[in-house]
Formats: sequence, C-alpha cells, structure tokens
Amino acid sequence: MNAPDLNSPARRKFLRNSVVGSGLVLGFYLQPATSVLGQVAKPSNAPGADFIPNAFIRISPDGTVTLISKQPEIGQGIKTSLPTVIAEELEVRWRDVRIVQGDLNPAYGRQSAGGSTSTPTNYEEFHRLGATARTMLVEAAAATWGVPAGECYAADSAVHHRQSKRRLGYGQLAAKAATLPVPPASAVVLKDPKDFKLLGTRISGVDNPAVLTGKPLFGIDIQLPGLLYAVYEKSPVFGGKVVRANLDAIKALPGVRDAFIIDGTANLNGLLPGVAIVAESTWAAFSARKQLRVEWDEGKVGNDSWAGFVARAGELSRRPGAAVQRKDGDVVTALAGAAKTVEAAYSYPFISHTSIEPQNCTAHIKDGGVEIWAPTQNPNSAQDAVVRDFGLVKDKIVIHITRSGGGFGRRLSSDYVVEAVAIAQKVNAPVKLTWTREDDLRHDHFRPGGFHFLRGGVDAAGKLVAWHNHFITFANDGRPGSGGSLSGDEFPGRWVDNCLLEQTAIDCGVPMGPWRAPGSCVFAWVFHSFIDELAHAAGRDQLEFRLELLGNRDEIPGTNGGLAYNVSRMRNVLKAVAEKSGWGKKLPRGRGQGIAFHFSHRGYIAEVAEVAVAKSGELKVDRVTVVSDIGAQIVNLSGAENQVQGSVVDGLGTLMFQELNIERGRIVQGNFNEYPMIRIPDAPTRIDVHFLKTPYPVTGLGEPALPPLAPAVCNAIFAATGKRVRQLPLSRTDLRWS
Amino acid sequence: MSKYTLNINGETRNVDVAPDTPLLWVLRDTLGLVGTKFGCGAGHCGACTVHLNGVPTRACMTPVSTVGRKQVTTIEGLDPKGQHPLQQAWQELDVPQCGYCQAGQIMTAAALLKENPNPSDEDIDNALAGNLCRCGTYLRIREGIHQAAALAGKKGKK
Repeated sequence: MNAPDLNSPARRKFLRNSVVGSGLVLGFYLQPATSVLGQVAKPSNAPGADFIPNAFIRISPDGTVTLISKQPEIGQGIKTSLPTVIAEELEVRWRDVRIVQGDLNPAYGRQSAGGSTSTPTNYEEFHRLGATARTMLVEAAAATWGVPAGECYAADSAVHHRQSKRRLGYGQLAAKAATLPVPPASAVVLKDPKDFKLLGTRISGVDNPAVLTGKPLFGIDIQLPGLLYAVYEKSPVFGGKVVRANLDAIKALPGVRDAFIIDGTANLNGLLPGVAIVAESTWAAFSARKQLRVEWDEGKVGNDSWAGFVARAGELSRRPGAAVQRKDGDVVTALAGAAKTVEAAYSYPFISHTSIEPQNCTAHIKDGGVEIWAPTQNPNSAQDAVVRDFGLVKDKIVIHITRSGGGFGRRLSSDYVVEAVAIAQKVNAPVKLTWTREDDLRHDHFRPGGFHFLRGGVDAAGKLVAWHNHFITFANDGRPGSGGSLSGDEFPGRWVDNCLLEQTAIDCGVPMGPWRAPGSCVFAWVFHSFIDELAHAAGRDQLEFRLELLGNRDEIPGTNGGLAYNVSRMRNVLKAVAEKSGWGKKLPRGRGQGIAFHFSHRGYIAEVAEVAVAKSGELKVDRVTVVSDIGAQIVNLSGAENQVQGSVVDGLGTLMFQELNIERGRIVQGNFNEYPMIRIPDAPTRIDVHFLKTPYPVTGLGEPALPPLAPAVCNAIFAATGKRVRQLPLSRTDLRWS
Repeated sequence: MSKYTLNINGETRNVDVAPDTPLLWVLRDTLGLVGTKFGCGAGHCGACTVHLNGVPTRACMTPVSTVGRKQVTTIEGLDPKGQHPLQQAWQELDVPQCGYCQAGQIMTAAALLKENPNPSDEDIDNALAGNLCRCGTYLRIREGIHQAAALAGKKGKK
C-alpha cells in the first residue's frame, strides 16, 4: 500500500502545471509592494482548463477548489488555518475546499514552521492571494454576462449579478477566469474584517477525518513498493565515533539486508557517526539491533555529568560573568541602598522534546538525486543539510512534507533526514529510518539546562530598584545552545534603573536545539517567580507591583534594533486576566492564586493559576485563566484555543516532571517510565482562554502561551503553602505543609 | 518465520512473520494498517492501543504468536463508517492537535464507554491515564468522551 495522498500523479501534475511548468518562481514577501503574485498565473485558453491564478489556488470546472498548504503541519493547525484565509477572501464555501499539503517548492516561499511565524509571515499575502482570485472570477462572470464588474459580487463559491439575480458557480467560471490576466494589487480590494464569515469561527482540523479513522498521514506511515526499514545506532556519548562493530554477525540475522558503518561528521546537530542496519521490516531491524555490538571512541566529553555541571555552575557564580548582556546604572550601590533585598538561585535541567512520533524519515536515491518523505518543521533547512552533507544540488532533492506527530522545535533539526539519506545511499531501494523512543530521548537536541543567580532590591516605597542576574548556561564549542543566551532586553531589562545581566557558558558535548518558545520557556519561570519574591518582600499586592513595574509608557523600544515592547498591550492583558480569574479572592491555606505575564513571539500573554496543594504536597491545578493579545484577528478560534490549552498543559507537564540526567557523557533516561510526562489526571480541571482583539498585526500562537504558565503555577504554590519553587522539576521541592 | 491466521477488524488475514513480532508491526508493516501508532515500544504511551476481544491492549507488547483467534479491532475497524460516537465527538470538538496519539486515546475510550456508558471525569482520568498526549489535548479528550456518551445515549433511546 502506498501513501497516495502525498505523492499522487494527479497532484504532481497539478504542481507541474501550476508552477514548475511555468518556469517562474514566486518570491514570497510580507510587504504588499514587493508581491510578485501576478507573475505566476499564465493566461490559458485551453477549453475546460482549471483556473490557477497562483501557486496556492486551483479551481476545477467541477467546482472543486484545491488550496495548497505550504507550511508543515506539526499539530499547530496551520494546514487548516492558513487556507482558511484564502477561502475567506475567495468567498468559497468551506465544504467546497480541498486542502493539499505542498511539497517543498520554491514557488511557495519559505516553508519553515518555527518561532510561531507561519501566521504572521503569510497572513497578509494569503488575503491578497484569495482576493486576487475572487476579483478574477468576478471579472470572468461580468464578461460572460456583458455587465460591469461593479454590479457583480462573489459569495458561496459563485458570482452573482445583483440586478438580474443571475449566478455562475466558480466551476462554471474556471475556464473563462483562466484566460484573464492577473490584476495589479491596486485593483484588488480586501474584505472588511466585519464581513468575515470563516475567520474567527471554529473550524475542525482538515485532517481530522483521516486522523480519526487511522489513514496514513504521518512520516512514519509512509509505505512504498520495495520499502526497506532501517535503524541507526549512535554513540551513547555524544559525537563518539565507531571503532568497530560485529557487522558480519548482524548481516547473518533473519530479515537483515545490510549493516554498515557511517563515518558521519563532527556536527553535533548533523550527521553523527553510527552503525546502520537495513532490514525487511521494522521489527527485523529492531531485533537485529539487540545483537549489535559496537566499540566506540567516545571522544572528549565522556566525563560530562549533570552533577559536574551543577558544581561548576556554583563555582562560576562566585566570579564575574564572562559576558555582560546589559548594564544600566549601578546595581551594587542600588542593592546596598535598597530597603529590602532578595537573593535566590534558580535552576532547571536539560529536557527533551519527546514528540510522540519518534524521529523518522524515508529516502530513496534515484536519478542522481534523492526523494525524501520527512515529518519536518523545516524542509528548507533539511534540503540545505542534504546539499551540505552529500553535495547534491537542490533541484535533485525532492522533499515531501508529511504531517508530524508533534514538533516543539525538534523537527527544525534535520539530523534524522541526513541519516536516512546516508543510509539510502548504500541501498538500492527506498528506505525508512525509524528511531526508537530511546534514540529519540537520548539523541535529542535538548533544551539547555541553566542556572540563574539573582539579587534584587526594592526601595522603601516598595518599588523595584535593582536587578542582578548571573546566568550560567551551556555552549558547544563556545556557542550557547538555542534558547541558552539571555537577551539584554529580556524583561525586566529596560525597566529597572539599576540592572546588570551577566552570562557565563559551560562548554559541553550535549547537543542543544530550540524547544517550544526557546529561552522564554524557562526565563519566564525564573524572572516572573523572582518578581513574585520581590513583591512579597516589598509587602505589595502582586498585581499592583507588576502594573507599577510595567509603568505607563506605551512602548519601550528594543536595544540595538531589537523588538519593541508594547507596554499598554501587556498592561491590558494583565488587567484582563485579573478580572477574568477573580484575582485577589480570599483562599484558605493550601489553596492559592498566582499571576505571571510574558511577551514572546510577538504575543502578549498573562495567566493566573489557581491551585490546591494537599498537606501531603500533592499539587492539583484547578483552573488556569489565559488572556492573550495576538493582534487583530483570531484565524481559527477552535485551533487557537487548542494551542493555548495545549501550551498550558505542556508548560505544566514540563514544570512537574521533565528532567534528564547526564552521567559519563550520556543521557541516563531511555523511555517514558524513566522520563515521566504529564498525563490526563494531572491536567488542569479548567483552562479558560480569552483573546483581546487589538489593532495590531496578526501573530502566531504555537508558543507564546507556554512561558507564563510555570511562574503562574509556582507563584500560586507559594501563595498556597509559603514554599518557593526555585528548581525544576517540581518533584525537587518538598511541598508538604502542616 | 511462521504463518498465522489473524482475525482483524472482522476479516481473516494470513501473515508469515517471526513469532516474536509485536502485533503493532504486523499491523503496520505487514498489513498496512498504520492507524495504530508506534510511540515507545514499551507499553508506556498507549499510542498502539487496539482491542483484543474488546479489551484495550498494547499492540507493541503483544507478540503475534499470542494473538491466536482473538478478535483484533484497530482504529480502522472501530466503526465501519468511521462514525463511532467518539469519532463524531472528536470531529465536532476538534480534539486533535498533531493527532498521533488519538487512535490510542479513542480505542481506550471506546472500551471505557462499553463498560461505563456515562463516566465521570475521574473515571475518564483513571481509564486514560495510560495514554500520553504530548500536545496536551486532555481537556478536549474529557469533553469528547462526555459528548460521545451523550451521543451514544441518544442513539440507544431511539
């Protein structure tokens, strides 16, 4: 059985006709002035032709409207939401629309799903794409009827003539519209948001019917004629090289086709050395691997350990930081003169992404190139990685983007892709590489751990006057890991008159990569917990202390061209979350509310958690209230709420459970029994999601609701018990009280 | 390799595989039924949940040699039209995010509803504690089971 949806001849023909055949490349830009939309469509006079006004829309004479989803779908809902934007402007009934996942194709512009950018980088352009097609359909109808276009309007997959009540369906208009030139942007009118019919409503995911009946969708589901199955064993100590392996014994095992060493590269996030086993089934490959014996040259990092890192961080904290990320005023004098000071050390471990679909990739070397099926967030960089490691040219690297069983940043890396290609190079057949859960947990590109040594001071009026942080982070060859570098603009940098932010990195062999809301996912917990400590020290109300700290300015510009921070937007979500959550209610001991806010990925989010801590120390999160300002429009209300609720649950699970240990240069944990994840009994009873609509550009929601959750919960735990959580995960803190 | 005759979704299927092959990989690699997912290979995540004679079972921990004549039901065979009340509720409430774990969630929930047609939140939490959802759709899963129970209740009264 094949996976026809991803590779059907009809679909390939469509792409060839619509894009490749025209030999034109559509650049994809944010600014209307640079749009080259019109270059794509080529007027066609063929009878019965489909109407293909650009690379994303095709209307067939039978009325079917096919829209391309350009971005990888990883559970963030983009395959549903972005096409909705086109459908809105196109005035097409949603039930007439068919969504097809696009392959990697330069005609679609950049296709990376990361940094919550898919929506903001495509939203405006997608409006124009749909509106342009609608304008052409109206022109086609007007020409057919011999009436002015101004007397016609589009609605419900048809163009209507007001005066005569005549109607022509889009299918009937397709061939005529295909003969028309694409109008200039100045001739295209976008819809008034008050007339939106789809945007802002609840639309169930377009792949749900397939998901709910078990149809092939994910990378791991790919099946091809003659497919072989591979596993790849790497050194448990990161970057170790193969000295020798019992390849002959492995090759003799049942179902095994081949076994070989791949030399790999020194790139910790790329193609690492290892031993591949290729077999006739996944199980034959897994079984053979149990017999594999490899002697490793473990290299230089075989002594890395978490305990060693903790000790090293303690030593480094007593010295000045290696780098100064921000220096305002005189923090030493301000602390000395403060009415109250607080000193605290916060720390968090390395953690894994643990996307539930283990990393996998299918590759087939043929015709001097390679065809790849990958659950990737970043097909562009996957292609670049194949160019880099194998010297192939881009147009010989076909990448089919499959649905991903979770991403969380893990699939921005392309290590599993280049591994599959390296294996496929030695096999005259398509081959699917499947990682085990243990591979996935032990060979992640981990969220870096970190240590923050903080001192803060408030004056006699209870105002924050001094903030000093020495952040100890991790680096590979001197480069801090993704999310492991503290921006000088990270709140409350820019707000406190006397502020010193220092940073020192511990060099290590642990590969690191972006983990959902990189940096913010942990910085928010540290800083908004410590702000809570300072507010308590000052004897202030938590909400008032924060509002005063934010201040009354509308916007604070970024340093050295960094992102500006719109203070009024944050004040508004903070006030709204207080109101919606019933902030400040009297609660008995053992119950508490906590509040936190955070700006990341262009989103302004504030959260209140209400928790119960039993005397035994057991935590139950009763309710989380989230208020988000992500701009002028929620694209899909159902998807948006799902993202926020998922971020809350993910944030809570990370806070409660996630922790990797490192000993002798390797990850200790291997599977979910050793690396617990949040399960349904620990999910909050209630998560209330609110959006403030504001006149700002529409932004994404895959990440920004996660960072405020951990500090909101920990601040609530403090309110309930008087216990301050300064170390993650939560199991490191004794929450029992009496 | 050994030959086995299996009863899967009401059909007889003959396979020739190693006796220790987990049912999961027979379904996925040999029979092309890929709705049952590989998540951990150790019975911890529940993504591979199928029914054996109606009992939710981890297919990744079930050697094909132990299946015998038991009736195997996978997500593909839960309902002939894909319209089990849970599938309807999941569609209406838009439960999935990435969707990878949802077949396992639904198979576990279907067994729960058979035993307990009107479960409380606590019943749901107990029954589904073995099924991980990495995207955190747990609140919609609870709601989906309640909605499916209501749907099934309406149908039962007709």
